[in-house]
Amino acid sequence: MSYQPRNSRAHQLLKLNLAPWRMVTVGGLLLGGLVLVAGRAFYLQGLHTDYLQGKGDEVANRNLTLPTHRGQVSDRHGQLLAISTPVESLWARPLELRLSTEQHAHLAKVLGMSPQELSKNLTHKTRGEFAVRRPVTPEQAVSIAAMGVPGLYLRREFRRYYPAGEVAAHVVGFTNVDDLGQEGVERAYQSWLVGREGERHILRDRHGNTIRDLAPIKTAQMGGNLALALDLKIQYLAHRELAAAIATHKAKGGSVVVLDAKTGEILALANQPIFNPNNRSNYQPGLMRNRAVIDTFEPGSTVKPFVAAAVLERGLFTPDSVIQTPDNFRVGTKLVRDDHPHPQLTVTEIIQKSSNIGAAKMAMTLTPQQFWEVLHRVGLGEKPGSGFPGETAGLLRDPGTWRPVEQATMAYGYGLSVSLLQMTRAYMAFANDGEVMPLSFLRREPQEITGERVFSPAVAREVRTMMEAVTQEGGTGQSIHVPGYRIAGKTGTAHKVLNGSYASDRYLSSFIGMAPASNPRLIIGVVIDEPSDGVYYGSSVAGPVFAQVMGASLRLLALPPDAPETATRMTRGTPATAAPTVVARIGGGM
Amino acid sequence: MSRLNVVLALVLVLCALAVIQAQHRARNYFVELERLKKEAHALDEQWGQLQLEQSTWANPARVDTLARTQLGLVAPSPERTHVETSDAETLVSAP
Repeated sequence: MSYQPRNSRAHQLLKLNLAPWRMVTVGGLLLGGLVLVAGRAFYLQGLHTDYLQGKGDEVANRNLTLPTHRGQVSDRHGQLLAISTPVESLWARPLELRLSTEQHAHLAKVLGMSPQELSKNLTHKTRGEFAVRRPVTPEQAVSIAAMGVPGLYLRREFRRYYPAGEVAAHVVGFTNVDDLGQEGVERAYQSWLVGREGERHILRDRHGNTIRDLAPIKTAQMGGNLALALDLKIQYLAHRELAAAIATHKAKGGSVVVLDAKTGEILALANQPIFNPNNRSNYQPGLMRNRAVIDTFEPGSTVKPFVAAAVLERGLFTPDSVIQTPDNFRVGTKLVRDDHPHPQLTVTEIIQKSSNIGAAKMAMTLTPQQFWEVLHRVGLGEKPGSGFPGETAGLLRDPGTWRPVEQATMAYGYGLSVSLLQMTRAYMAFANDGEVMPLSFLRREPQEITGERVFSPAVAREVRTMMEAVTQEGGTGQSIHVPGYRIAGKTGTAHKVLNGSYASDRYLSSFIGMAPASNPRLIIGVVIDEPSDGVYYGSSVAGPVFAQVMGASLRLLALPPDAPETATRMTRGTPATAAPTVVARIGGGM
Repeated sequence: MSRLNVVLALVLVLCALAVIQAQHRARNYFVELERLKKEAHALDEQWGQLQLEQSTWANPARVDTLARTQLGLVAPSPERTHVETSDAETLVSAP
């Protein structure tokens, strides 16, 4: 026996008489296990790849949404009117929500509601997710995050704020919770203001740091900013004076429009009643309406200057032509009446004293087509083109359908309807030496615009002089003064239509005017709806609002006074006295 | 020949190390860039909030009320206003 012991042992082992099934079983088990592992590996790696890759990607490979926000809206000097700023809001996924009783009570306390209210809030029927509270305050956000309730989470959202509040509410408008513009400029310029979210595909390490981009970045596009033509200071003045007048005269509502006479920019536009865009819990659609742009009214006497301009332009009259104004003047069967009859008046006096008979007589010297053309050219019966949502075109009927009596009543402002914005713009024909500029809610450079010539400069100035007479001795608006400046304007007092006929005791008082009359820079239109304290003439209801807003605005713009008599009065007090003297430096050299 | 190979191998190792170093620096810079971007974003949001705050304080309605009630200011009457123009000939205040 020369076998090595080891060999012999192996030999012995081989010689062991093992039953073959044992070998097969062990071999089979091992092989089976191998197949199982290989199969599982194949399944995970080859067939069902999403799961593990998903797990891995969850940590390392991320798609990020790059947030964007809505652009700002500011006034012409950069004062903010609307801005989006991030806030946290509380969301819940009902399917994952696990809230213990104490947590429930605590959450209710943090949110400042009763536990019952909270339960009601949380039992939504939706399967997805819903907002429990938007937005929550930063303090609430901190304590909610600290609770760490599954299914309850904070989401960062942008909320729109309106720092000017109700003062500029009707122009700026507002957005809904989904950041869509609902009214005003917010709606008109929605596509410009809205931003586009960006996207990034990135790889992260286990600390959450971004390592690199896996795909080109789609940069977020921020919403565009808007600079409005509005001047917040003038807007505030308009708002304040209008609100005061509405309260004094117990009126139903009213509007003020301030236009730049040279550029057609809307410097201020205020309405009453009003709403607060930051708090719309008491949503009333009626309050949101921008009356100056959307509502129409019969303009009354404020149409008369256009009649005068039309007849002057055609050379039918001169400002000093005398017209007989008997108090039995009839057109067809309709008796035209004046509140204060005069046997005869010059064209200037017809405007100054606002004679219906005179205006009707002048209008009857024109053909319907000629009269229509003048009204049409200054923009009546046509949308004023401000781009404001829902702006009205008013109503100016086709001249082919006019009966003579209608032509006569139209001369003193009945039988057609206008918006205040439209009418104020039409007065640009007088203020801007015969040229009407397109309106704009946005700030613009003077060279950007071309106007439309409506009257010759000479006629425009003649009518302006007539309108200056309105505010002087013997005019319907002689009580209206702006210290230091010459003003030109026209009063209007129109009966309101009630159930299809003119109500004798319901009025719309209006005044549209411009200053400084020597070279107008501002046009202000005021209309007060149903003043009900017994005073209803345009001169005493709308006129003072005009004078207040105009005076303060001219001072704000530091325009040189053009009224010599008031200027000398101003300097009568010696500046060297103890009384403090305010020096306003005006004019060039800047 | 073999010496050249050794040199080349050394160069190769050095290059490899340089690549590693460059990659590492690139990552660090990238992380830094990301951090700064985040900071810029946060500052941007803060700027918005400050603007909002500023305009809330500067609200004409608020300024008007404060000026009248707390500071007792009034708009100057025409009698107390002295108008000056830059052109001497049109000086309206001249007696």
